[in-house]
Amino acid sequence: MSKSLRLAALTALALLPAAGSFAAEHEEHAGGMPQLRFDDPYLVAQVFWLLAIFALLYVLMAGFALPRVAKVLEARRSRIDGDLEAARAAKDRADAAMADHRSATARARAEAQAQVATAVARAQEELAVKTEAMNAKLAQQIEAAEAQIAAARGAAMGALRQVSADTAAAVVARIAGGADRGLVDAAVDRELSARGHA
Amino acid sequence: MAAEGKAIDALHQFQLAPVLGEFGEQYMFSQSALFMVAAVVCITALMVLGMARGAVVPGRLQSLAEASYEFVHDLVVGQVGDEGKKFFPFVFCLFMFVLFGNLLGLIPYAFTFTSHIAVTFALAALVFVLVTIVGLVIHGTHFFSYFFPEGAPKLLAPLIIPIEIISYLSRPVSLSVRLFANMVAGHVMLIVFATFVVMIGSAGVIGYFGAVLPLAINVILVGFELLVAFLQAYVFAILTSIYLHDAVHLH
Repeated sequence: MSKSLRLAALTALALLPAAGSFAAEHEEHAGGMPQLRFDDPYLVAQVFWLLAIFALLYVLMAGFALPRVAKVLEARRSRIDGDLEAARAAKDRADAAMADHRSATARARAEAQAQVATAVARAQEELAVKTEAMNAKLAQQIEAAEAQIAAARGAAMGALRQVSADTAAAVVARIAGGADRGLVDAAVDRELSARGHA
Repeated sequence: MAAEGKAIDALHQFQLAPVLGEFGEQYMFSQSALFMVAAVVCITALMVLGMARGAVVPGRLQSLAEASYEFVHDLVVGQVGDEGKKFFPFVFCLFMFVLFGNLLGLIPYAFTFTSHIAVTFALAALVFVLVTIVGLVIHGTHFFSYFFPEGAPKLLAPLIIPIEIISYLSRPVSLSVRLFANMVAGHVMLIVFATFVVMIGSAGVIGYFGAVLPLAINVILVGFELLVAFLQAYVFAILTSIYLHDAVHLH
């Protein structure tokens, strides 16, 4: 249906320019159209020349010219296809390289993070050890200082008893005229311990 | 030019005459045949010189040769399908021969062999014979079913079959008359208006101004005839392809 429509449209289109000027042509029919004088020997000969010349054209085109065009077009097509193929391969290679690069970057980042983490852990460990050592040293020094203080206090207390006993003995000797040193010492000790200064 | 007295002789341009002296008279070689040879020389020059380098990146002439190849190739394959490839050289020759015949005929003093019904009818008959032979070779006697479309009511057969046969037989007539009439009409108009230019122009100073109008019309006509030259070659080629499609596929 659509094909016959198209055919009709084509035919109408083709006949359009002819229709307008057919009238003009008919007016000029003085001696008739030379194309319709079929007794003209040149008109008949023309058809034979046409067949010969058209056959020559067909031989030239089909046998020589057209296969050459087809070959050139085919060569171009295959070359373009080849170039496209090469481009596609290059793109694949580039994609693979990009993926390699990406995975290498990811691996390197992971390694770096792991190293950072271990370094932090080691540093914290070292810090803890050092803190511990420092604490121990400080505790030792405190202990030594306390011992020193205790010794000094002990010495001081010893001196206090000596002074107290001497003083008490002197006082007793002055009041009672002579004193038993042993009794005085015992009394001083008793008195000191009663006051909590032993 | 073609003015004899006051009458315009627009048809004299279609008169056949021998050319090349002795040879022309002896072998009935007219200007028509000479321009057929010229067309073949031009087509061959275009296709052979154009493709001489066979470059991957074509130059201007090679582009033109390739464009005409691909234009007709797409036309044939588009209409007939892949089976049409073996008819491509024939349709290509038809298209180029008609196109160059039309175009060469537009050169002043040239002869337009496509304005002769004998030539166009011979070409159309060639197409008709080829199409019929192709149909018979491919489908055998089944080819005659072409004249009775499938599914049409049997009762209408006495009406449909004669109509289909007449329409089939009238193909070469319409194909040849269309091209012939177009070329004749165009060239008659060109010479009529050209004669007006000369006739009006010979009427003194006022005539120079009056002659501008038919001259302008002729300028436009030449452009129009270039379009017609291409269009008619295209129509000839596409109708041939459509007929070939019918012969190969039977509707």
